[in-house]
Amino acid sequence: MPSDPVAAVARIVIASDPLAVRDGLRALFDTLLLRSLPDSDRGTAEIVLAEALNNIVEHAYALNHGDIELTLMLNGSGLVCRIIDSGVPMPGKVLPADSLTTPEDMPEGGFGWHLIRSLSHDLAYDRVGEQNLLSFRLEPGQ
Amino acid sequence: MELLAEPRAGILVVRAMENRIDAAGAIQFKERMRELVADNSPRVVLDMARVDFLDSSGLGAVVAVMKLLGPERKLELAGLTPTVEKVFRLTRMDSVFVIHPTVPEGLRDAV
Repeated sequence: MPSDPVAAVARIVIASDPLAVRDGLRALFDTLLLRSLPDSDRGTAEIVLAEALNNIVEHAYALNHGDIELTLMLNGSGLVCRIIDSGVPMPGKVLPADSLTTPEDMPEGGFGWHLIRSLSHDLAYDRVGEQNLLSFRLEPGQ
Repeated sequence: MELLAEPRAGILVVRAMENRIDAAGAIQFKERMRELVADNSPRVVLDMARVDFLDSSGLGAVVAVMKLLGPERKLELAGLTPTVEKVFRLTRMDSVFVIHPTVPEGLRDAV
């Protein structure tokens, strides 16, 4: 068996603003690692990663700026994602609940964590020292 | 955020020309749509065929545009690409918009 030519790990550091997130995602989705995934899995990964990164920009770094370090690893269980930032902790140091309201109420927000929870597995959050650590796994075909 | 609009027989067809409506562009999208829908067309069809990606901020902006049309006017969507469709479906917001596979027949040459 020839060895897999696709790099199994991708790492990127993104500044905490929405345009940097957009550019960072573009760079990330241009890596061999993500180009090796089927379109549907790439779409799912972009939704979840965009929501996770934008949450960090809007909340963890609401009052200051800093870096967001994103590491992706492709293995037999799917795409394992780990995101570290040095912003303020999640309220109560726990993940926010799923806050999706009924569509008829025409909500303009509260979609982000619902999308992350709907599409990811093994979602975990930890506060380690002065850093937030978010991790999850994306399975093929979600 | 480039949006091309052409009124056609009481229907305003707006074509989103950018490939994403995301957190970095959602406010701009909403403001530009606010200007375009000020013409009071009773129906507004947003053609999203070129939009590959929409995040929760972009979705919130589309909902906000629907609301600023008021109860008498409707925002309809057309040409949802697979990732955009997934966001609408998972948030169940596909239930509150009329969604056309493509811009309805007869309007396709409008823009």
